[in-house]
Amino acid sequence: MHAFVNYTLDGLSVGMVYAAVALSLVLIWRSTRILNFAGGAMAMLTTYIGLSLIDRGANYWVAFFGALIAGLVLGAVVERVFVRPVENKPPINAVIVTLGLFTLIEALAGMIWGNSKSRSFPAHFSGNGYRVGTTRVAFAPFDTFIVVAVALTMVALLGLFQYTSLGLKMRAAAFEPVVARLQGIRVSRMLTLGWALAAAAGSLAGVLVAPRILPLSPNYMDDVLVYGFSAAVLGGLDSPVGALIGGLVLGLTREYVGGYVSSTYEIEGALVLLIAVLMVRPQGLFNRIAPRRV
Amino acid sequence: MATTPAAPESARTTGPVTDADGPPPSAPSGRARSAWERLPVVARTAIFALAFAVIGILIANGISRYRDFQLAEIAAYLVAVAGLTVLTGLNGQISLGHGALMAVGAYCAAVLLLHAHLPLVVVLLLSALAGGVAGVLVGAVAARLRGPYLAGATLALAVGLPEIPKNYKYFGRDEGLTINPPLPPGWLGTNAPIERWGAYICIIGAAVTLFLLANLSRGRVGRNFRAVRDDEIAASLAGISVPRTQILAFTVSAACAGLAGGLLALVTPTVGPGGFSLALSIQLLVAIVIGGMGNLPGAVLGSIVLVYLPSWATSISNGVGLSKQIGANLALAIFGGMLIVVMLAFPGGIAAAVRRTWWALTSRRRPATTIPAGP
Repeated sequence: MHAFVNYTLDGLSVGMVYAAVALSLVLIWRSTRILNFAGGAMAMLTTYIGLSLIDRGANYWVAFFGALIAGLVLGAVVERVFVRPVENKPPINAVIVTLGLFTLIEALAGMIWGNSKSRSFPAHFSGNGYRVGTTRVAFAPFDTFIVVAVALTMVALLGLFQYTSLGLKMRAAAFEPVVARLQGIRVSRMLTLGWALAAAAGSLAGVLVAPRILPLSPNYMDDVLVYGFSAAVLGGLDSPVGALIGGLVLGLTREYVGGYVSSTYEIEGALVLLIAVLMVRPQGLFNRIAPRRV
Repeated sequence: MATTPAAPESARTTGPVTDADGPPPSAPSGRARSAWERLPVVARTAIFALAFAVIGILIANGISRYRDFQLAEIAAYLVAVAGLTVLTGLNGQISLGHGALMAVGAYCAAVLLLHAHLPLVVVLLLSALAGGVAGVLVGAVAARLRGPYLAGATLALAVGLPEIPKNYKYFGRDEGLTINPPLPPGWLGTNAPIERWGAYICIIGAAVTLFLLANLSRGRVGRNFRAVRDDEIAASLAGISVPRTQILAFTVSAACAGLAGGLLALVTPTVGPGGFSLALSIQLLVAIVIGGMGNLPGAVLGSIVLVYLPSWATSISNGVGLSKQIGANLALAIFGGMLIVVMLAFPGGIAAAVRRTWWALTSRRRPATTIPAGP
């Protein structure tokens, strides 16, 4: 029972990180129908920017918000420069361009910061579990911070999309670009803004997961991106709520498989889950759009 | 009339537009066909494959051991690149998992060579079969998924599969398996280097693969691949089973990857989880993008770049005096940059861009509209 509680708590905290990655993928998918394979690499880059700020003596919060702002800028730049030319092309073109970005960004980060230096990202809150009675549970103040930060981001984005006119414009631009343009909405700006917000959500995941990874290397987001992608697909790629639930399901699965089977099978467990869901419901669990019939 | 898809082809295309969509506009319709053009496709592709093998073997005989090793690597990667270019270019399915499928073939070959005494040809056929079986499984999932979803699912394959052998002692865990490379037969000469024999095997393997794929893509099966890529609804109205065609394409392509893995296992000769990372899958993708998707001659160019670019990058960074940190990442940066630049500037591949320029320079008579445009 004690073990089960610990695995569950661990799964929640890891799952929230996956949910943030999934949210970043979902936002981009909704606005431009592109799956951003560079998402992990972009988050890694902004995390390293935050780390550089800390190296120069900045405190944790400066680095934290610095990374998020770097994410906003990077997302907008990537959309304008690299993604815009392939937006209305066959989907494979966009896949290849984002994969190229993924490779290029990781290589550039390796050039700037090195591939195997033993660096780590500091955690502002303690990583020691809370004490319940006489035992410690596997949930630390830092895990609380992860859950709160991701939850706040999700609520903020949900509020933006549902209750502000800017959010309404963004949704209109994503779903009916032609009609939106006729209504006077600057569709291309809305798409850029969508990418910027998505990249910031990805940066949040990158900064939050970084303290768990020792040593930090430029490819540390690769398997986080795979989990995040799986979470987004579980949720149907179109639904932010689905991204949250998908992330939590993936996080819990990973911890249960790691705890009860073997820690070496964590990623296989996630893959089996992904393939099982894709076989049964290719459109994801929370997608109302009709699946592709073959 | 009723069976003809009504949709205008160019407007409905969902897959990548490639140069291999049809025979290149080589013969203006007014002129009588030459003797070469009257030969059946099988004979023409056989002559090409034979010429490829002969030229390859002649090159292998005239170069150093290290160059022989590189040549063998090029030929082995060419098998995988050719398979991937058929899948992506002709059938419109993208796979980021071909590095992992190569691992399946490589481990299969290594296990067979270590534990069973089978002829080399049988070992290679079995590694192609292993890749093909893995391909059926992946293809069955893949046939339900569209472009980006498919890319993501195969990305998961590329990240997850190479982790599996790490857990088993049978597969040598992190170190992998080391095999004894096949010894050159007597007729090659008494002191023929082992690398040259490896190059022979890989070149013959590549020639056979190119021959089979060229015939496949020009025949009924290849037409079905393209029909499904261009318009699934029209294809199914014409009586083509869309999922079966997609699974077949994935299986053929995966069998090529398996064979490529088996060939690579013979020449490297260590098979370990580190050799089949996500980076390998992306490099295969770079090779098909450079060569032009669906373009088999382009695959040769792509494979050469794939093998030589890292050593070029090393010599460039040494020559210019870049730091080790930058030099180690230079090849990867160039691969990534190439994907972006080629996709934005020459979507038909560099080979197609060169050929288009060549056509434009050599023949003024031909109307410009027959030159396929990039997407």
